[in-house]
Amino acid sequence: MAAIETTYRDALRQALIDAMTEDASIFVMGEEVGRYGGAYGVTKGLLEMFGENRVVDTPIAEAGIIGAAIGAAMTGSRPVAELMYIDFAGLTMDQVANQAAKSRYMFGGQIGVPMVLRTQGGTGRSAAAQHSQSLEAWFTLIPGLRVVMPATVNDAYHLLRMALKHPDPVIFIEHKALYVRKGELDVDNPDGAWGKSAIRREGTDVTIVTYSKMVFESLAAAEALAGHGVSAEVIDIRCLNPLDDETFITSVMKTGRAMVVTEAVMTSGFAAELSARISERCFDFLEEPVVRVTGEDIPIPVSPALERGAVPSAQLIAETGLWLVKRIAPSWAA
Amino acid sequence: MTKGGNRLLLDLYRTMRRIRTFEERVNELFVRGQTAGSMLHMSIGEEAISGVCRAMEQSDSFTTHHRGHGIFIARGADPNRMMSEIAGKADGYCSGKGGSMHIADMGLGALGANAIVGGGIPHVVGAGLSYRNRGLKNVSVAFFGDGASQQGILYEAMNMAALWKLPVVFCCINNQYGMGTRIDRAAANTNLHERAIACGLNGVAVDGGDVEEVHEMSERVLDSARNGRPGFIAMTCYRHFGHARLDKSPYRDEAEELEGRKRDAVLNARAKLIERQTSDAASLDSMDDEVAKEMNAAVEHAIAAVPPGQDSMFRDVFAMGEPQPRPLRQHLSSILGEAR
Ligand SMILES: Cc1ncc(C[n+]2csc(CCOP(=O)(O)OP(=O)(O)O)c2C)c(N)n1
Ligand SMILES: [Mg+2]
Repeated sequence: MAAIETTYRDALRQALIDAMTEDASIFVMGEEVGRYGGAYGVTKGLLEMFGENRVVDTPIAEAGIIGAAIGAAMTGSRPVAELMYIDFAGLTMDQVANQAAKSRYMFGGQIGVPMVLRTQGGTGRSAAAQHSQSLEAWFTLIPGLRVVMPATVNDAYHLLRMALKHPDPVIFIEHKALYVRKGELDVDNPDGAWGKSAIRREGTDVTIVTYSKMVFESLAAAEALAGHGVSAEVIDIRCLNPLDDETFITSVMKTGRAMVVTEAVMTSGFAAELSARISERCFDFLEEPVVRVTGEDIPIPVSPALERGAVPSAQLIAETGLWLVKRIAPSWAA
Repeated sequence: MTKGGNRLLLDLYRTMRRIRTFEERVNELFVRGQTAGSMLHMSIGEEAISGVCRAMEQSDSFTTHHRGHGIFIARGADPNRMMSEIAGKADGYCSGKGGSMHIADMGLGALGANAIVGGGIPHVVGAGLSYRNRGLKNVSVAFFGDGASQQGILYEAMNMAALWKLPVVFCCINNQYGMGTRIDRAAANTNLHERAIACGLNGVAVDGGDVEEVHEMSERVLDSARNGRPGFIAMTCYRHFGHARLDKSPYRDEAEELEGRKRDAVLNARAKLIERQTSDAASLDSMDDEVAKEMNAAVEHAIAAVPPGQDSMFRDVFAMGEPQPRPLRQHLSSILGEAR
């Protein structure tokens, strides 16, 4: 089938429809996933297609939802539990970290928990401090969890399809500002295998390692940098666990400079992990220190101007790239 | 008729009208493109919480949920600062950091306004403990929705309050919906106060269409709580409009909405005031006009107010004088700047 243009949201929905059609053990549960069609419309129409047993509207009870999904996964079903905002993860964390993540190991490999926890995070809607966080590091900290964060429309579809064939719990983190974004969906051709990075733009002077919405900010920055004679390579890691270090390490060995870009905060964020791996493995190849460009170490403020300022913009990424490569300092440089 | 009589009803009417008009103006602010985002949850249909707020003492404390505008107005908050906060402006209650879902005036006894459903409920237990230990006669009231009553935290909190006989009241505003889910699709037993009774609380159900009933019952429940018998008020009402600004409630039919909106404490109070000849239509109209002027002014105030400066984003993460988060640009300068 030829590629079609669609939105991130519709690609996710198509992935659910195709997976549920193919595999009768898959069912969806969560707050407002049925009649309402999902807080961001991803599950719209699924109730009509698959019925109430496979599209389950739940009470507002996140710990119970995730706990129930675990039990279902242990007994032959493949649940997709939707957590409306990643910010509500705190309510579910025992079930995710102590139950879902540890069952296979703690019970000596006797049982697995093949479930997908779909959620979304990030800024962009003035949703304030409790509805805008980038909390992927809460999950990457826990051995036993897979964590994926699609940026492109094609990945929204394919990574979700792959997650739904995975034997272990997958935390599938979407970005609220990407749902309406359009792109190409080719159901026959994923952007890469599960656990492999994608080189979104090739370049020779600096490597930008990133994921989720920051892929697009980084691509816009790379475009701006090209105007200044700087050639940036943009790598979308797609999967935080399993993490493909080879692609970005090969790239940094080639370019000699690396920037890691995340919307999440700097301190103890996933950018620290990426930066450490680059520093360890590319020490002899680096011409400059690895630079992290991340969200500020603050809660997300509601005021639109402050909210925008709290996370990296294409402009900030480009300014940093120019500084790193050409030693041209931005106007705000101290 | 309640103890306070018709004067009280007139007073409550005015409060409820202020809530409704405020919410209508929030809508206007949104239409004019001046709100910070669209996560605006209106309390139209829930104005009878004025009766609960009126039964509280000035020094009592409370927590609210994401639909808290009405509660703050009833507790005496300044509509200008509320509207400014909704617009994300610097002179808003939370300096433009919190927005609609987090408006809170600590000067009025607020202990926070939560966008995590159920998040504010347990705080009243701690407040109750603190009052008891400090020998204070205050009560702490948690306001939350019917949807929040499906969260486990409520049961932990109710059990502790009952076990320790704390001066605490749980006030569940049962507007029948949690987003698109009607209460009977979220709870097998929709008599939510019965769950409280099972926990050992003084659980009552009140009609949110009748502010006098709400007030009278609240006085009793708060009074008991003040004397060591924690309570639970389930106020039945109807969410007249969508869950948030952009929700048009396609999941419920028109007949239900028309019927539901008949539960209207504002109009009900107005009719009673006229019937009892406490007031007449003309005087009530002019009271409404005055309220409209006040709320129009709040809209203009919020639009004219200035947005917070970029530097303010780093303020208040920690207490003043403590080490503060280092801005990213400073970090970058330390790596790439001349001084490196
Ligand atoms: C922990 C948590 N889960 C889900 C949500 C999303 N959400 C926001 S409001 C709401 C409905 C709440 O219903 P209810 O408690 O009845 O309050 P109402 O909106 O009716 O005032 C939901 C599901 C949230 N903000 N926090
Ligand atoms: Mg409700």
